[in-house]
Amino acid sequence: MSQKKATLMEEFLRGIWKENPILISLLGLCPTLAVTVSAENGLAMGLAATFVVISSSMLVSLLRNIIPSEVRIASFIVIIATFVTIADRYLAAYFPEISANLGPFIPLIIVNCMILGRQEAFASKNNILRSALDAIGVGIGFTLVLVVLGGVREILGSGTLFGAEVMWSGFHPWAVMILPPGAFLALGLMIGVSNWLNELGEKK
Amino acid sequence: MNLIIIFISAALINNFVLIQFLGICPFVGVSKKMDSAVSMGLAVTFVMVISAAVTWLIYNLILVPFDMQILEYVAFILVIASLVQLVEMFIKKVSKPLYDSLGIFLPLITTNCAILGLALISVLKEYSFMESVIFGVGAGVGFTLALVIMAGIREELELAPVPKHFKGAGITMIIAGCLGLAFMGFSGLI
Repeated sequence: MSQKKATLMEEFLRGIWKENPILISLLGLCPTLAVTVSAENGLAMGLAATFVVISSSMLVSLLRNIIPSEVRIASFIVIIATFVTIADRYLAAYFPEISANLGPFIPLIIVNCMILGRQEAFASKNNILRSALDAIGVGIGFTLVLVVLGGVREILGSGTLFGAEVMWSGFHPWAVMILPPGAFLALGLMIGVSNWLNELGEKK
Repeated sequence: MNLIIIFISAALINNFVLIQFLGICPFVGVSKKMDSAVSMGLAVTFVMVISAAVTWLIYNLILVPFDMQILEYVAFILVIASLVQLVEMFIKKVSKPLYDSLGIFLPLITTNCAILGLALISVLKEYSFMESVIFGVGAGVGFTLALVIMAGIREELELAPVPKHFKGAGITMIIAGCLGLAFMGFSGLI
């Protein structure tokens, strides 16, 4: 390999901001928009997806020389589906309330393009340590955006954060923020702001 | 009558893309041009209807009698992946230009959450066979509708002075939000 290998730290940090799965690559938008009615839901979804991406990246990386390339996508999906079933059963058993809130969006982690994207673009070509670091970085980036988006929508839409009152007493909640259109509006603004921040960073 | 309600509800009131957030990736990715939006919509509708039927049969005739519901996700995703492969080969044979214009998004229908979501929601709501199929048709029509409206707006948007940081994804999301608001107007329909 002639190209200089990225350091382990870079593999890890890349997913958090520079190649953030949601804000930059626009992957995994469906769960992002659907579950971020509150910060708590965002956090639960983010952690579940992080678990799945880390475990499946490590397994795919271990199996990368065995899986024939013609059926790799199908194999990745079956591996991901297995881990999602584990996460789904775990949440249903220990956090029935959160599991009910997230509804079909936990099984839908299977078809989250962010996770499949990491397997195809990274884990199937790199060793297990790098794949794990990359997956952790992407997972953290994904969770962060979900929590911030959930937090903003919860504060504006219901006047609370993680269930605690944060706004002044006369505050009138903007109901639109917790309705479906609010998700699109909030994410659109977030993408715009992150582009602006990136540009500010480049100028310096 | 029940079937009509399921159809209208899936297509308009609970529009898969704008209200339930299923299938956002192709919605953002393929909505730049009108003709690819139409063909993407048709391909997705086709896969949706067939997969609604097949997953219903697999769930109720195989998984339930053998008490293996835990394999639900794995079984569904395999059915969908093979269907998409079939559609891909079919389109490649019939129309090469269409195949090229859909590009990477064709195999990605596999990971279109709208299709797996449809199968999962049918199971959750305990629909009968006919109801699942109609639900699939309605969802497909709703998806195509949202995609086509979006493509129409984005073609015009090329000429609009959008603030530079919002170009592309940002403005698309905000427009989708406005469309979502409009679709919420359908909520009193039934």
